[in-house]
Amino acid sequence: MQHFDVLIVGGGQGGAYAAIQLRQQGFAGTVAIVGRENELPYERPPLSKEYMLGDKDWERLLIRPAAFWHDKAIALLLGLEVTAVDPAARHVTMRDGSCLGYGKLIWATGGQPRRLTCLGAHMEGVHVVRTRGDADAILGQLSGVSRAVIVGGGYIGLEAAAALRKLGKEVTLLEALPRVLARVAGEYVSSFYEAEHCAHGVDLRTSTALRSIEGKERVSGVRLEDGSLIECQMVIVGIGIIPSVEPLLAAGIQGGNGVEVDAFCRTSDDLIYAIGDCAAQANHFAGGAVLRVESVQNANDQAACAVKAIVGEPQAYSATPWFWSNQYDLKLQTVGISSGYDAAILRGDRASRSFSVIYLKAGRLIAIDAINATRDYVQARQLIEKGAMIAPEDLADTSRPLKDLPRL
Amino acid sequence: MTTIVFFEPDGTRREVAANPGESAMEVAVRHGVEGVDADCGGVCACATCHGHIDAAFFDRLPTVNDTEDAMLELVEDQRASNSRLLCQIKVGPELDGIVIKLPGVRR
Ligand SMILES: Cc1cc2nc3c(=O)[nH]c(=O)nc-3n(C[C@H](O)[C@H](O)[C@H](O)COP(=O)(O)OP(=O)(O)OC[C@H]3O[C@@H](n4cnc5c(N)ncnc54)[C@H](O)[C@@H]3O)c2cc1C
Ligand code: FES
Repeated sequence: MQHFDVLIVGGGQGGAYAAIQLRQQGFAGTVAIVGRENELPYERPPLSKEYMLGDKDWERLLIRPAAFWHDKAIALLLGLEVTAVDPAARHVTMRDGSCLGYGKLIWATGGQPRRLTCLGAHMEGVHVVRTRGDADAILGQLSGVSRAVIVGGGYIGLEAAAALRKLGKEVTLLEALPRVLARVAGEYVSSFYEAEHCAHGVDLRTSTALRSIEGKERVSGVRLEDGSLIECQMVIVGIGIIPSVEPLLAAGIQGGNGVEVDAFCRTSDDLIYAIGDCAAQANHFAGGAVLRVESVQNANDQAACAVKAIVGEPQAYSATPWFWSNQYDLKLQTVGISSGYDAAILRGDRASRSFSVIYLKAGRLIAIDAINATRDYVQARQLIEKGAMIAPEDLADTSRPLKDLPRL
Repeated sequence: MTTIVFFEPDGTRREVAANPGESAMEVAVRHGVEGVDADCGGVCACATCHGHIDAAFFDRLPTVNDTEDAMLELVEDQRASNSRLLCQIKVGPELDGIVIKLPGVRR
């Protein structure tokens, strides 16, 4: 059985960055990444943006070129899926039955897109957007599509809607909740994005549930709860992910919705770390609540955190959450975690398409959504890190930069 | 062919070739140059592609736009008068031989 001093399961954002960091921190032991996708590690964000639009070709999505992994002596074992972990024997088993031994294990498996469960959910023409394969399947079928129905008004659904409109497709977007981005942003931001998508010709329907997907061999339409039918040739489902943690949970590692990790990204087994979309960790920016954060920032910073612990320089995770989403000519940038806010301050004029929304909890800044307002985004970051208290009327005063506002 | 000379955070000199249409960030990443993380993939949203541009070339670059200038505030402590975000610099033949020092990404 082959053995690696550090074995990384999952060759996505977090797994790739962990390997890069190990070498950058001078780790001299053997390192391998086992990845289910038969692809060099790549960035996912462009899949619903520049790659879907055809603005960026594949090579430019690679996190590092092929030669890099070779030069750094990082073994890429691709096209292999880990199906079981044996913490006592310190090895993992692959679907083909082969085993790999480890000294330390870094679990960086991300998640699987949640699928619809309604009638027709698995019909040809129903897509998700998580992998290159998913995006290529969409692009490959696009020429036969005049209308696409997007299910889910989260970031990925909205980005896909924007991309498809730009490509000249008719788009209907269905959101079951009363507003888009309900889980991640406040109402000002939701209503702004709803208006923008409508202005760009998206048939956007909130509080709208889907009953079934219609068609013979391929999708021909979507039936809503009220019985009406929307004809379409493609359905894209963007309703979140389910973290890929079954093999760890089956091995007795603690977790549920994600694997639980401590401040050093260590699971309940000392030799096993978990990072990225699949890791549930107490987050300082959410008042200590245990949660999974799905972002490039979190995958990279948790990777760096796990690596520091592995090379013997442990440092508790304290990275500031940030995120971006590009739709049409709108650049949204977020810092912090807004859930649980008790006041939202609008800074700037939505009609100008450059404004921000600042979220407060018990008077303290906890998050910002900045739309075409990078300066606010940057300056709010420090204020959020410090939990600054600033009067709401000052926050709304765009004549003064955020960093110059008086603290209470 | 356009050549870029990077100095990695530990001082290592890396002379690498750029492909037409690439940004300086993409050149660095493609050659595995240390000190450029490019978390956001080049959309000016992360500031992990910060570099100091050699004076001889700095003035030849297109000026910094508002977004980049704001993002540079994120690396205030490493910022100098010749700071740029490398994803915002398209490398054409006029920049052949450009020298870029990488201060390194903090995590
Ligand atoms: C379309 C899209 C757009 C996005 N846009 C943004 C954005 O604008 N900004 C932002 O910050 N974030 C964005 N994200 C989120 C970001 O890409 C993720 O948070 C990040 O990729 C998480 O990294 P990860 O390593 O946890 O998981 P992943 O990058 O998903 O990597 C996990 C890898 O592990 C593999 N794997 C899973 N199980 C196994 C197994 N048992 N054995 C072997 N391999 C396995 C998977 O196949 C996958 O390759 C976007 C995501 C998507 C899908
Ligand atoms: S790569 Fe993110 S700002 Fe340049």
